[in-house]
Amino acid sequence: MIFAGLAEKLQETFRRLKSKGRLTEADVDEAMKEVRRALLAADVNFQVVKSFVARVKERAVGQDVLSSLTPAQQVIKIVREELAGLMGGTQSKLNMAPKPPTVVMMVGLHGAGKTTTAAKLANLMRKQGRRPLLVACDVYRPAAIKQLQVLGEQLDIPVFSMGDRHTPVDIARAAVEHATRQGRDLVIIDTAGRLEINEEMMAELEELKAALRPHEILLVVDAMTGQVAVNIAETFNKRLGLDGVVLTKLDGDTRGGAALSIKAVTGCPIKFVGVGEKLDALEPFHPDRMADRILGMGDVLTLIEKAQASFDAEQVARLNKKIRSADFTLDDFLEQLQEVKKLGPIQQIISMLPGLGNMKKLKELGDIDDRELVYVEAIIRSMTPWERAHPHEINGSRRRRIARGSGTSVQKVNSVLKQFEQTRKMMRQLAEMGRGGKKGARLPRNLFPGKDNPLF
Amino acid sequence: MGFFNRLKESLSKTRQGLVEKIENLITGRQVIDESLYEELEEALIGADVGVETSLELMETLRRRVKEQKLRDPARLKPLLQELITDELGTGDSSLNRGGPPTVILVVGVNGVGKTTTIGKLAYYYKTRGERVLLGAADTFRAAAIDQLEIWGRRVGVDVIKHREGSDPAAVAYDALQAARARKMDMLIIDTAGRLHTKSNLMEELKKIRRVLGRELSGAPHEVLLVLDATTGQNAISQARLFSEATGVTGIVLTKLDGTARGGVIIGIRRMLNIPVKFIGIGEGVEDLQPFNPQEFAAALFD
Ligand SMILES: Nc1nc2c(ncn2[C@@H]2O[C@H](COP(=O)(O)OP(=O)(O)OP(=O)(O)O)[C@@H](O)[C@H]2O)c(=O)[nH]1
Ligand SMILES: [Mg+2]
Repeated sequence: MIFAGLAEKLQETFRRLKSKGRLTEADVDEAMKEVRRALLAADVNFQVVKSFVARVKERAVGQDVLSSLTPAQQVIKIVREELAGLMGGTQSKLNMAPKPPTVVMMVGLHGAGKTTTAAKLANLMRKQGRRPLLVACDVYRPAAIKQLQVLGEQLDIPVFSMGDRHTPVDIARAAVEHATRQGRDLVIIDTAGRLEINEEMMAELEELKAALRPHEILLVVDAMTGQVAVNIAETFNKRLGLDGVVLTKLDGDTRGGAALSIKAVTGCPIKFVGVGEKLDALEPFHPDRMADRILGMGDVLTLIEKAQASFDAEQVARLNKKIRSADFTLDDFLEQLQEVKKLGPIQQIISMLPGLGNMKKLKELGDIDDRELVYVEAIIRSMTPWERAHPHEINGSRRRRIARGSGTSVQKVNSVLKQFEQTRKMMRQLAEMGRGGKKGARLPRNLFPGKDNPLF
Repeated sequence: MGFFNRLKESLSKTRQGLVEKIENLITGRQVIDESLYEELEEALIGADVGVETSLELMETLRRRVKEQKLRDPARLKPLLQELITDELGTGDSSLNRGGPPTVILVVGVNGVGKTTTIGKLAYYYKTRGERVLLGAADTFRAAAIDQLEIWGRRVGVDVIKHREGSDPAAVAYDALQAARARKMDMLIIDTAGRLHTKSNLMEELKKIRRVLGRELSGAPHEVLLVLDATTGQNAISQARLFSEATGVTGIVLTKLDGTARGGVIIGIRRMLNIPVKFIGIGEGVEDLQPFNPQEFAAALFD
């Protein structure tokens, strides 16, 4: 297991404590201070942290230290198990109506991402064979209806709207009738953002619920939400009885402690997570991965899974060898970018590698965005084989020719060459660290999986 | 009783309980002791001040108590409030001016309230006699341009726009040309929400900045980062990365009409020294106020 963040701190704590044999109360107390800090820094609500830490402590004190694990690892193991356990199992299914149409209602604060999530959900469910209808019930925010209509158009999924002069209840009722007539078996209702303390607006949702008897009420929550996640979730749950939660904007660098807070107060499952602005960026929720993320241990599992699914093993072995030797050419660079791209957005991959998320050099590699990859490819393909093998020899006039040939600019060519150089340097450093060259760094021997990589 | 139920019960009482608790804690007490400090620390953490900043504040508080030989628990709360107020600066929320026109670029992650804030800002300055123009440089999100136009009509200011999907820097350029030609006092430019970790999208902001600076020296005179008060510690990362990319000069903290306290701005001020200039307290056109550190510090505890 690779640890970063909390794990390193715990190693440190236990080094000081030099515990043997059995975890004493004093050991565990020290460790729990670090656990508390890590959870609070991840925005888990402080009350939730309190109960959680008490529970972990209870479990940890008096445990035999297993010979296979260090005390730090053992505490981490307990913390992870408890965290993942509390966040529930994987459950990305919606409650379906025995007699269609199934009615789903999206609720949440302003700016949480309800409209986008409604469209993403419609898209996902269509892939599973449903015939969704989107319903525009946000009659308050300027241009909210138009926003849903545009998204519907992009997806080619119908959007039901009646402008902003009818009540949400009237619109939603008419929409369900419309769906029944049109043979639509899934009705997804977008509602306006509202504060959980706004009595009038919360009453409106209750009316909507009473009128529609939705099969699923989904609370949409921004993953960056802080301590008040508990107030929000609790109030929405009390007033409406939630069936599930969608956590949005997880493609950023938030630890997402709100997930734990929300689960703790509502008890209802987190069903989906939003991981990007594109309309297919909605994924099932994985509690174990979320636990690692909250603890700052990187989303190693996701990466491993993705890597296993998409890497071409032989090619990777060859690349790894090249990276470690110095003859890494522009051809290899291109090949490598394409391999990495199969894993998903490059930045997301980097953020998933524990301990690497903050490395400046890697961030620069992340500058090669997916959209940019098209240019990179065009540029490298416009070079002669000799140039690709001798990147240092590419002078000004060659650069201009390459820019013309690839339909880009000299600046773009320069930046590709710069990124290549940085990547090459970084790869070499990583390879050295992996060989145990630099102490303190715990990195996989290769950035890419292969049979000699301990990570995979 | 299960873990969840126990938790739920304790949480439901937390909010209402907290104010009272602190009051009781402080007024009902004879001595300043460890548990009192602990509860104060919890109040700070519960307001999203963040664990490190809270610990530091508590440390300073303890030191002050010692230095001033304080014994009366009633003195703690005002003292802590004072510390926080000092942290937050003078509260001079006036915008940097230049031009004319003064160019204001508004940035932030998705859904924090950028467009709404622009509507409110336009209203704020218009009612103070300024000629304001808006630039619709969010060409990415569906119906973002319509949203800004509706705000423009509501406030009675013009909006310069291109079509959806066009180059935001080109919109900014045209908006600046128009603002000059029409002798505007102020140009406010809306941008698409973006996560601060997406470097290609941050590049796009840099480009907008460059284009503005080339056309009018000193522009943008103000880069306002809009932060949602419900955001937790991630706001620090937002502030840092948006600053690196665009040189943020001020913060607008929105959605303070909810239960959120927005305590994270204390950490931002300490680490990055970015002042808060305005706060958003609702969806209406008048729901924008200049930031007042004293009031803010007091509100952290209620
Ligand atoms: N309660 C409350 N709601 C607000 C406040 N400011 C903005 N909002 C609401 O928050 C939601 C999102 O606001 P927008 O202005 O669209 O946010 P944005 O940052 O422009 O969003 P994108 O352009 O999609 O990134 C809207 O429903 C606004 O009405 C505030 O101070 N209080
Ligand atoms: Mg906007």
